[in-house]
Amino acid sequence: MKTAARQFKEDASAITKDQQHRQLIQTALGKYEVVRDRVLGRFQNWNAARDAAAETKWEAVNHLDEHLIRFASQLEGRGAKVHWAGTGGEAREIIAGILREKGAKSIIKSKSMTSEEIHLNAALEEAGFEVVESDLGEFIVQLRKEPPYHIVFPAMHLTRHQISELFTRELGTTPTSSPEELTMIARRVLRDKYIRADVGFTGANFAIAETGMISITENEGNARLTAALPKVMVTLIGIEKVLPRLEDLALFLPMLATVGAGQGFTCYNSFYGGPRQPGEPDGPEEYHVVLLDNRRSELLADPEQRDSLHCIRCGGCLNVCPIYRNVGGHSYGTTYSGPVGSVITPHLRGLKDWKHLSHASSLCGACTDICPVRIDLHHHLLQNRRNAAASGPSMLEKVAFKAFAFVINRPALYAFVKIAGRIAQRFHPLVKGTRLDPVGVWTRTRDLPPIAKQTFKEYWRSRQ
Amino acid sequence: MTSREKILGRIREALSIVAPRPGHNEGSSKVKRGEGASVRDWLPRVGEGYSERLALFQQHSSDLKTDLRVVPSVGDFEAELRRIQEAEGWKKIGAHGGTLVKRSIGGMNLPVCWTDGGYAAEELEKCDAGITECDALVAQTGSVLITSRSAGGRALSVLPPHHVVLARADQLLADLPDAFALIKQRYSAAYPSFISFVTGPSRTGDIERILVLGAHGPKKLTILLAGEV
Repeated sequence: MKTAARQFKEDASAITKDQQHRQLIQTALGKYEVVRDRVLGRFQNWNAARDAAAETKWEAVNHLDEHLIRFASQLEGRGAKVHWAGTGGEAREIIAGILREKGAKSIIKSKSMTSEEIHLNAALEEAGFEVVESDLGEFIVQLRKEPPYHIVFPAMHLTRHQISELFTRELGTTPTSSPEELTMIARRVLRDKYIRADVGFTGANFAIAETGMISITENEGNARLTAALPKVMVTLIGIEKVLPRLEDLALFLPMLATVGAGQGFTCYNSFYGGPRQPGEPDGPEEYHVVLLDNRRSELLADPEQRDSLHCIRCGGCLNVCPIYRNVGGHSYGTTYSGPVGSVITPHLRGLKDWKHLSHASSLCGACTDICPVRIDLHHHLLQNRRNAAASGPSMLEKVAFKAFAFVINRPALYAFVKIAGRIAQRFHPLVKGTRLDPVGVWTRTRDLPPIAKQTFKEYWRSRQ
Repeated sequence: MTSREKILGRIREALSIVAPRPGHNEGSSKVKRGEGASVRDWLPRVGEGYSERLALFQQHSSDLKTDLRVVPSVGDFEAELRRIQEAEGWKKIGAHGGTLVKRSIGGMNLPVCWTDGGYAAEELEKCDAGITECDALVAQTGSVLITSRSAGGRALSVLPPHHVVLARADQLLADLPDAFALIKQRYSAAYPSFISFVTGPSRTGDIERILVLGAHGPKKLTILLAGEV
C-alpha cells in the first residue's frame, strides 16, 4: 500500500496540471474573496472582534470539562439524552444502537464534517441503513461516492455539466445546464426522503454550555427540516465546539458567515435545546446528542497547539491558502484539509504518517491572518515539522548534514569541493532531466543556479 | 469507568498544563479594543433611532431578496395577505394560533392547516404558504427571530414554499446583542426547543457558487411590518 505521503505527492502533482480544475477553483475562490472583503469591511473593528473570539474560545477550551458538564446537564434537563464517545468506533456504535433500538430504516442527514471524520455513512450503510445526505453539495458528492472537496463547499470542484450528467445517470433526470433546475431536482428528490425518514441526523457548529443548546448554521434549510420532521433526532458534535454563553453567538455567528462564505449572516442560524417540549406542536420525540473525543483530548494535552481546538471550521484558511488552491481538497487525503487540516491531522491520525502535510505550506501566514479565532496556524506547521524531526529524523538528511560537517571542517577538502563542483556543473546538462541527474528532485521543476565564479572569500581577498 | 468519566479525566489531565493566552506570539490589537468596549463596538454599525433601523432593515431585505412590506397598522395585514394570495394563487395555507395570525388570515377564506395541536407533515407540505408571527426583527442583519413558541413549531416556517411573517414595528431591534438579550429575558425560565434567526429565503451556492433561492426551505420570504414607532 502506498503511504499517505506518496499518495499526496502523486495526487497533488496530477491535479496541479488540470486546467479545468484550476479555473474552477480560482473562479469560485476569487468570487468568495470579493464578497468576503465587502462584508468584512462592514465590521467596525474586525481585529478586535478576532481578539475577542480568540479569548472566548480560549476560555471555553481551557475549561472544557466544566462547560461540557454544564452543556450535558442542561440538555438532559429538557429530556435529551447525551452520549459520550471516546473514539470514532464508539460513536458509530452508539448511533447504530439508537437506530436499531428505534427500528429505523432510513436516515436523513444534514452536513456534518465530524461524521465524515468517523466514516459514519459507510458504517451505517454496511449495517443495512439507508443514509441520505440532504445538503446539496453533500448530496452531490454522496452520489459520486467521494468525500467532500471542501469543509464548507463540498462540491466546489464540479461544473454544472458534471452535476447534470451525474443526476441524469443516477436519478434519471433530463440534462440541464441551469444551476437552478439542478437545485430543484435535488429539492424534489429529497422532499420525499424527509417525509419518510425515521431519523434525522445533524452535526453542529457550536455547543452552548450555559443553555444546553446546539447551534447549526446553514443556508438551505435542510438542517431545519432534518430537525423538524423525523421522530428521532441525533446530533454528533466534537467536544471542542463549546461556547460558554448564549450571547457569545452574537459575535461568532456573523464572523463565521463572513469568513466562511462571504455573507453578512447565514440564512438560518438555529439553536436546538432538546426534543419537542410540552406545548410545542412538532419536533422529535427523542433527541440524542453524541459528544465525540476521538483524540481531541490529546491535542488538548499539547499546550503549544491547544488553540487549534478553537477552530470553528469556517474554511477561511483553506480559501486563502496557495497550496490548497493548487492541490485542491482531495489531494490531502484527510477529512479536514487546508492549513487547519495539516495542523490537526498529525494529532488526530498520527504524526508518523501525516507529517508530510506540515510541508504542504509556503509558511506565508495567510491562514493565520484570516483565522477568525486567531489560531497560530503557520507556526503550528513549523512546530509539527520540529516534532517530526525530533521523533524520527530523516536518514537522508542525517547523512547529508554529516557529510557537510565533514567537508566544512576541513579547509583543504572544502577548497577542492568548490573547484570540483564548478567543473562538475559544466557537465550537468548532459544528465539534466534524466534519471542519472543527482539533483533531479530540484531540477524537475526549477533551475539550478550556477555556482559563483568567485567565492566571497576570494572576492574579499582580491579587494585587499 | 464510563466513557463520560474517561473523557472528562483525559480533559482534566490535559488541562493541568496551562496554555498561553491568545495573541502571545504576535502583536494583538487588544490595546486598541479599549476599556469597557463590547461586541456592539466591533460588529457592523446600526444607526440610532427607529427610522435608521428601518432603513438598514430595508436595505438588507432588498439585498437578501426578502419581500418587506410596511403597512400602516396590524389591521392592514388582512388586505395585504389577500393581495399576495390573489397574486400567487394560494389554495391552502399553514398557520398557527397566534393572535395576529388569527385576526389576519380570515379574509383569504382558504382551508388552513393549523400546526398547534400537531399535524401531518404531508398535509403541511402541500400548503402554499406558512404564516407565522415572530419574536423580533434584527436591523443589523436583516433577520427574523422565531422560536417554536412564537412561530407555530419547527416546520411551519420552513416546509411550505413561502414563509410570511407578521411583525409589529416595536419588534424591530437594533442588533444581535439586543436579540440575544431578548431571548434570555423572554425564555430563560424555560427555553423553547427551537430558536432560529431567519435571514432571507432559503438559498444555496453549492453549484459553481451561483446563487439559487429555495434550496430546501421557502423560495420566498415575505415580512409584513405594521406601524411606526
